[in-house]
This record gives sequence, structure tokens and C-alpha cells, in this order.
Amino acid sequence: MKDGPTAPIVENVFGISWLSFDLSIVMMVIITSIVVLLIAIWGSRNLQMKPTGVQNFMEWVVEFVKGLVTDTMDWKTGRAFLPLGLTLIMFILVSNVLGMVTTVIINDKQWWTAPTADAGITLTLAAMVVVLSHYYGIKLRGFKAYGKGFFAPIWIMFPFKIIEEFTNTLTLGLRLFGNIFAGGILTTLVLGMSFNAAGDFSIFGFIGSIVPMLAWQGFSLFVAGIQAFIFTLLTMLYLSHKVVEETVDGH
Amino acid sequence: MHLYSDFLLIGADVGGLHIGNMIVMIVFFLLLLAILKKVAWGPLMDVMEERENFVANEIEVAEKNRKEAEAAAKEANAQLNQTREEAQKMIADAKGAGEKQQADIIEAARQEAARIKATATEDIQNEKEKALQELQDKVASLSVLVASKVIEKEINLEDQEALINDYIKEVGEGK
Repeated sequence: MKDGPTAPIVENVFGISWLSFDLSIVMMVIITSIVVLLIAIWGSRNLQMKPTGVQNFMEWVVEFVKGLVTDTMDWKTGRAFLPLGLTLIMFILVSNVLGMVTTVIINDKQWWTAPTADAGITLTLAAMVVVLSHYYGIKLRGFKAYGKGFFAPIWIMFPFKIIEEFTNTLTLGLRLFGNIFAGGILTTLVLGMSFNAAGDFSIFGFIGSIVPMLAWQGFSLFVAGIQAFIFTLLTMLYLSHKVVEETVDGH
Repeated sequence: MHLYSDFLLIGADVGGLHIGNMIVMIVFFLLLLAILKKVAWGPLMDVMEERENFVANEIEVAEKNRKEAEAAAKEANAQLNQTREEAQKMIADAKGAGEKQQADIIEAARQEAARIKATATEDIQNEKEKALQELQDKVASLSVLVASKVIEKEINLEDQEALINDYIKEVGEGK
């Protein structure tokens, strides 16, 4: 039981006791960033008034995220958040899919995994989004209006509003993590069907695992897209709660 | 050697909160956001907005052109009608003038003919009178000659003249 692959963790970096890295996650974050960067640059080079090929696709993505933005706030305010939404949805989708494609284990260390299957990463993303929403709330509405938001519609709501900020962060991060992590576990289980109890490769198990594997990979792709979509949509929703003037009914 | 249960552990590494990971994540995400905003999303949004404006502008221009064309066609039609009317009027005028001229010419010819006829009548009258006069003279002398020859009687010239004149008058009235 003890020799399952573990994460390549280095601790006490530069002699700082609290600074530790999971090298596989660091590597995967970098890889994901590079892939997103390449896709985006590929899609937006040689831009034309009459779009062709990959520019069409990128414009469709932009229109899609624009739809998410305009669903939650008016376009004049939301225009500034479009790049954030686009980067978020691309980053999360790419990292989800990267984790789905394969897994690499070297010397019992798992190097290739979805960055979003790491709770630390998703919570970091979620925290970043919530912090950004507070930043833009103050920037666009002023500190007074921003502060008033915590006491609306009545002052007694204040503790709940504070708690809400933390629960928002937790649910946003853990929803994404849970879905991708669970996807990884089930993939591993289906993969395990190819091996018998002694750990040897079994051809019957392999054949038996093909259909569930295909089905689950297809579903994982679906989940990868849905989770990227939900994360981006909720980001825009939280942002709109902070930057849009509260109306009479509190929204 | 892997046991079946080992595979459960592959995914079961939840990760834990490594501060280093978080820092890397934040730094890379913000870096990615900044770069993409500059090289990808910005230009892409600009192009899309530009196209939106372009299309709106084109529609406006097309609408304007259509209106202008409509106005021009209307004007051309009006002008055509006016020209047609003018042409018709000119033809009618020309016809009227022609008819008038015809009438004038006929009238002039008629008058000329009448004038010539009148002159001719007058000439004839003159000639006739002249001839009569001549005849009268001739008849007088001839009568005298004849009478003197026939009647050996001497008659003075005055009486003879009066006699002949009476005679001729009688002849002229008897005619």
C-alpha cells in the first residue's frame, strides 16, 4: 500500500521552512500556461476583417465569454473583465484536458497530472478571483459604496456577507478540484482493470476496460468543458456582485 | 510491483497547500493574463469591434445610397416626363405653324390669282375700248368715203361728223 506514486515535493526551499513546492504541479502550471499562450497567439495572429479558420474559432470563444459577461453585467462595465474571463476559461479547460490525456509516473513520482486536480491550485485561482472582485469593487464604485455593500439590505447581514466571501472562495475552488480529481480517480480505477491482483498485465482486463475507458474519457471531456464554463461564469457573477450598483431587490 | 489498490493512490494525492505552488500559480496566471491581453485578446477584441463598426457603417452607407438612388431615379423620371411634354408641345407647335403657313400660302396664291385676273380683265377692257375707238374712227372716214362716193351731194364736214356719230351710237346701243 505504501509504494503508490507520490507527488515530487521539495520542502524548505532556500532554507525557508514554510516554502514548499510540488514540482509536478509547478511544471504542469508552466506547461498549461505555454499551451494556452500558443493557442491564443496562434488564433490571433494575422487578424483579418474577414475571419478565416482559426480566427473564427477564437472569435467564437470571445463571443462565448462575452455572452457570459453580458449575462451578469452590462457590457460597458464588463468589457474590462473579458480578458480575465477568456484567460480563465482557456487555462482551466486546457489544464483539465491535459490531465485527461495521459499521466506520467517516473520513479514512483507522478509528474503529469491536471493542475486543476490539485486543491491548492484551484483554491488559489478561486481566492485570486474573489480578491480581484474586491479590488474592482473598490476601484469602480469607490470605497464607500463598496463598504455599504456589506450592510445591504440591512446591517444584520454583515456577518453573513463576510462568511459568504469565504464560502464563495471554497465552493468555487473545491467544485473545480472535486470534479477533475474525481475524474482522475475513476480513470485510474478503469486503468486498474487491466491488471490482475498480482499486478501483472491481463489481456482480458484490458479488453474489458476499453469501453468504460472510452465512455469515461468522453464524459471527462464534457466535465472539463462544463467546469471551465462554470468557473468563468461564477467569476463573472461574483465580479458583478461587487462592481454593479445594487438595485432595490438587492441584485 | 503494483497492486490493484495502488492505483487508487495515484489520484488520491490531494495535493495539500504548498505555498510555492500558489505563488507559481498566481505569478504565471497573471503573467499569462498580461501577455494574452496584449498580444491576443486585445487585438482580437479590437478587430471584432472594428468589424462591428464597419458593418454598421456599411449598412448606413448602403441605406444612404439607396435613398440617393431613389431620389435620382425620381428626378430622372420627372425630367423625362417634362422633356416628353416639351417635345409634344414642340411638335404641336410645329404642326400649327405649318398649317398656318399652308393657309397663308393658299391665301396669298388666291389673292395673287385674283389680282392677275383683275388686271387681265382691265387690260381686256382697255383693248376692247381701244379697238372700238379705232373701229369708230375707221368707220367714220370709211362712211364718209363711201357716202361721198355714193351720194354725189356735197355735205359739209361738220354735218357729216354729227350724222356719223349718231349712227355709231345707234349701232353701239343696238349691239
